[in-house]
Amino acid sequence: MSEVIISINNVTKDFGNVRAVNNANLDVLKGEFFSLLGPSGCGKTTLLRMLAGFELPTEGTIDIDGQDVTLSPPNIRPVNMVFQNYAIFPHLNVSQNIAFGMRKSGLSKQELDERIEQMLELIKLPGYGDRGSNELSGGQRQRVALARALIKQPKVLLLDEPLGALDKKLREQMQIELRLLQQQVGITFVFVTHDQEEALTLSDRIAVMNQGDIIEVSTPGSLYEQPQSRFVADFIGTMNFFDCTLKDFSDGIAIGEASELGSVRIATPQTIVTPGNDFTLAVRPEKFSISFEQPDQQYNSVLGRMGPSAYLGDRSHLYVHVKGREYPISVALQNLTGVLDQMYTTDRKVWLTWSDDSAVMLPMEG
Amino acid sequence: MIRTRSRLNTLTVYAVAYLIFLYAPVAVLPLFSFNDSQYITFPLLGFTFKWYAQLADSQGLQNALINSLKVGLSVAFLSTVLGIFAAKGVTRYRMRRSGLLISFIMVPLVIPEIILGISLLMTFSVGGIKLSLITVGIGHLMLCTPFSMLVLISRMEGFDKSYEEAAQDLGENAWWTFWRVTFPIILPGVVASFLLTFTISFDEFILAFFLAGTDATLPLHIWSQLRFPDKLPSVLALGAIIVMVSTVVIFAAELIRRGGVDLGNKSKV
Repeated sequence: MSEVIISINNVTKDFGNVRAVNNANLDVLKGEFFSLLGPSGCGKTTLLRMLAGFELPTEGTIDIDGQDVTLSPPNIRPVNMVFQNYAIFPHLNVSQNIAFGMRKSGLSKQELDERIEQMLELIKLPGYGDRGSNELSGGQRQRVALARALIKQPKVLLLDEPLGALDKKLREQMQIELRLLQQQVGITFVFVTHDQEEALTLSDRIAVMNQGDIIEVSTPGSLYEQPQSRFVADFIGTMNFFDCTLKDFSDGIAIGEASELGSVRIATPQTIVTPGNDFTLAVRPEKFSISFEQPDQQYNSVLGRMGPSAYLGDRSHLYVHVKGREYPISVALQNLTGVLDQMYTTDRKVWLTWSDDSAVMLPMEG
Repeated sequence: MIRTRSRLNTLTVYAVAYLIFLYAPVAVLPLFSFNDSQYITFPLLGFTFKWYAQLADSQGLQNALINSLKVGLSVAFLSTVLGIFAAKGVTRYRMRRSGLLISFIMVPLVIPEIILGISLLMTFSVGGIKLSLITVGIGHLMLCTPFSMLVLISRMEGFDKSYEEAAQDLGENAWWTFWRVTFPIILPGVVASFLLTFTISFDEFILAFFLAGTDATLPLHIWSQLRFPDKLPSVLALGAIIVMVSTVVIFAAELIRRGGVDLGNKSKV
C-alpha cells in the first residue's frame, strides 16, 4: 500500500506568462484514491493533464510506476483518463467505445467480446452494448467512459471532474459507486474536483491547490480538523477566524488573548509561534455550544447577540454578533428537536463556548 | 386577426413572385430543350428528344465533359485535403495571428475572377508554363480551397478536441487518431466540401477561359457552341442536364453536412 506509483518532482508549467503549476512535488501511492482539490484556475487540471501527457512540464519530472514519463506522449503512458465531458465517441456505439483502446491488445474477437461484457457488468449496464452514444443519459455516459478506460487496465486512472455535469442526487450516487468500483478494481485513482465535499467523501488523501501551488496534502479528516493554513481552513467547509496573541504555552495547552473572544485555551502538542506573537484562531461552526446562561468557565466563552438564522433541514445555521467583530460568528446546530427559530430569536443574548481541542492555531496571513 | 391574415397573403404573393423570378429562366432551358424547333420562340412546335440524342454524337462535347470531370474531381480532392489541413491547424493549435492568416487565404473569394484569371495567366506566361488542364486546375484550386476551409473549419470547430485526446489516451498515435476519430466525425464536412468544390470547378468559366490551352472544359465548349445557331437546342439540352445534376449535388451536400453525427449531444450530459 505504501508503494509510490506516481512521483511528481519539482514540476512547473507556464502558459506564456501565466504560471499554471508552480514547483509541484507530490507522491501518489499505489491503490490510493487521491484527489486534487482547488478552486477553478488553481492548476489542478493542468497537473492532471501533465500526468496524462497532454501538457509537457516546463520544468521538473514525472515518474509513473518507476518510469520517467515526463516527455512520453499520451498513447504510451500506463494511465487512462475519464474526461470532464466524457468524450464518448459520437460515431461509435457503447461496445465500440469500450473496445476503442483494445486494437493492439492481441485478443481474439471472442475474448474481446467477453471482456466488453465483463466491463458492461462492472458498470451495471449489461445489454447496453448496441446502444448509440446519443441514447445514453449523463450517468450512463460517465460509466461508459469509465469502462473504456478501465478495460485497458491502467496503472493509474485519471478523472477530470467526472461528476461535475451530473445533478446532485445522481452525483451522490455516482460518488458511492466510484468509491466501490475503485476498491473493486484496486487501481490508483487520481481525481480532480473543485467540490470539497466530494473530495472529502471519496478520497484517501487530498492535495489542496491554490494559484498553481500545492498548499497541503493530507487525509480528509486531518484537512478538515487540523488544517495547516488559513486557505485550506477556509476552502474546506466553513471556518470562523479570530486574530489572537499567544500569552503562554506549557504542557500542551496554549493560552491566548483575542480581542473579540477574551481568553482562549487551545490543546496542541506544539505552537506555531512563540509567546508574545500573533496567530489566527480558527473554530468550525459545529464546534460551538450555545446557551442562554453564562457558562462557568474562564476560557473559551463569549457573549453575543443572535443575528439571522438559516434553516437547512438537518441543521440550522445561526449567526451570532459579537462586540468588536465585523462579521457574525457562524454556528451550526443539529436540529435534534424541531424548529429552533422560536428559541433563537433575533437580538436574544446567547453565550458561545467551545472546548480546548476544537480550535486550531493557524499562522497569520497578510 | 384580419390584419395578420392579409399580411400573410401579401407575404405569400411576394414569396411566389420571388420564386418565379428565380426559377422561370431556369425552367425555360428544359422547356425549349424538348421543343421540336431550332428557334427559341413561342409557340412550342412539338415534343422531341432529338437534341438530347445529338449530344451523345458530339465528340467535342464528350471530350469537354471528360476534361471537366478530370479537373473537377482533382480540384475537389486537393482542395478538400488542403481544407482539412488548414481547418485542423486553425482549430487545434495555439497559433498567433491565425485570424489574419485565414483572412489571407479567403482573399480569392473576394477578388473578381477576371482579375484572378489575368494575374494567373501572366504568372504562367512569365514562368514559361504551358497552358493546359493543369493550369486550369491550379486556378480552380485557388478558388475552391477557401470554400473547403470554410466548410471544414465550421465542422472542426463544432467538435471538442477531447475526442482526439481520448483516442490518444487510449493508445492511438496521431495517424490512427485521425482515421479512427477525427475523419469519421468530420466526414459530413468532407463530403460537403468535395461536392461543393466539384460543382464550383465544374461550372467555372472565367478562369478556365484564361487558363485552358487547347483542351476545353465543358463551360468553354458550351460557349464555343453558342456561335452556331443550329447547335443552340442541344446546348439547351446539355444545360438542362447540368442544372439538374448540380441541383441534386448541392442538395445532397447540404443534407449530408447537416446530418451525420449529431455533435450537439455532448453538451446534453
